[in-house]
Amino acid sequence: MDKSFVILLVSMALTTYLVRMIPFAFFRSKINSKFIRDFLYYVPYSVLGAMTIPYIFYAGGSVYASIAGFFVAFIMAYCRFSLLPVAGASCAVAYIVGLFV
Amino acid sequence: MKMNYSYGLRRGLPIALGYLSVAFGFGISAVEKGLSPIQAILISLTNLTSAGQVAGVDVMIALGGVLEMIVAQFIINLRYSLMGIALTQRLDKSFSNIHRFTVAFAITDENFVMAASEKEKITPSYMYGLITLPILGWTLGTALGAFSGELLPAGVRAALGLAIYSMFVAIIVPPARDSRPVMYAIIIASAMSSIIYYVPWLASHISSGFSVIICAVVASALMAWLRPVEERPEEDSNG
Repeated sequence: MDKSFVILLVSMALTTYLVRMIPFAFFRSKINSKFIRDFLYYVPYSVLGAMTIPYIFYAGGSVYASIAGFFVAFIMAYCRFSLLPVAGASCAVAYIVGLFV
Repeated sequence: MKMNYSYGLRRGLPIALGYLSVAFGFGISAVEKGLSPIQAILISLTNLTSAGQVAGVDVMIALGGVLEMIVAQFIINLRYSLMGIALTQRLDKSFSNIHRFTVAFAITDENFVMAASEKEKITPSYMYGLITLPILGWTLGTALGAFSGELLPAGVRAALGLAIYSMFVAIIVPPARDSRPVMYAIIIASAMSSIIYYVPWLASHISSGFSVIICAVVASALMAWLRPVEERPEEDSNG
């Protein structure tokens, strides 16, 4: 996979960099289309939603452990805990459940 | 407060600690999925982004095409364009193009929120200070996860694979709690993503990278059409 890895790595890094750099370096005015601005507003949330569900149900070993971890993460996030405690607690719970199931 | 390098460095420390642990999870899961530790580290060093890297690894493992990779990264990282635009409004006059080219590499959700929350104009030295430790933390965390992953018991390794996804949950749930339209966008996107995942015909025809793109574009466009955003706090776009 080495040659294809390098090609994919370069296209990945270059795309990520240009998406960050071009607007930051060259943008001088405001986007006028309301639809595009609203579209962009929703993008981060729908991206993360689509990347998390259903993949999180299989990310922590067994399905039961993962679902338990997801449940804990959801409750804690709802109570506005920050990223670190949420990630830590959900892994810990997934680990404990994983010992039994 | 002086907007110098050492002040920026201090502001970046908590971000770096968070990145250290999340990147640890990324390192483990990238190796679990089949990449070598060196490959995982190279990805973190050159990309410095969580969601994009997870999707990127999936494209690599599935031996996906360059076009798929580019489109996936473009859509997933598009939010950085918005953040970059927001930051341009706050830059000090000393921010020449060279500094913009360099600093742009490290626009992340957390770095953006930190910089945007400063009261004074953003100087280049402040930005270099701010991004130093997060870049180190992200790369070091990936290395630790990728190399020590094999030393950890299988149960711990499996559980840590959850870390990066739990972090996504921690990012999207609070704004969904505050805004119904945001909640709908997340529900539509994750429902579509589940349908693609569980319907065998769709799953075998749509790779995970394109699935994210399709779900995100449809959900965002639908919500932009049904529920145009009214008030728009600038820092609200951290995904």
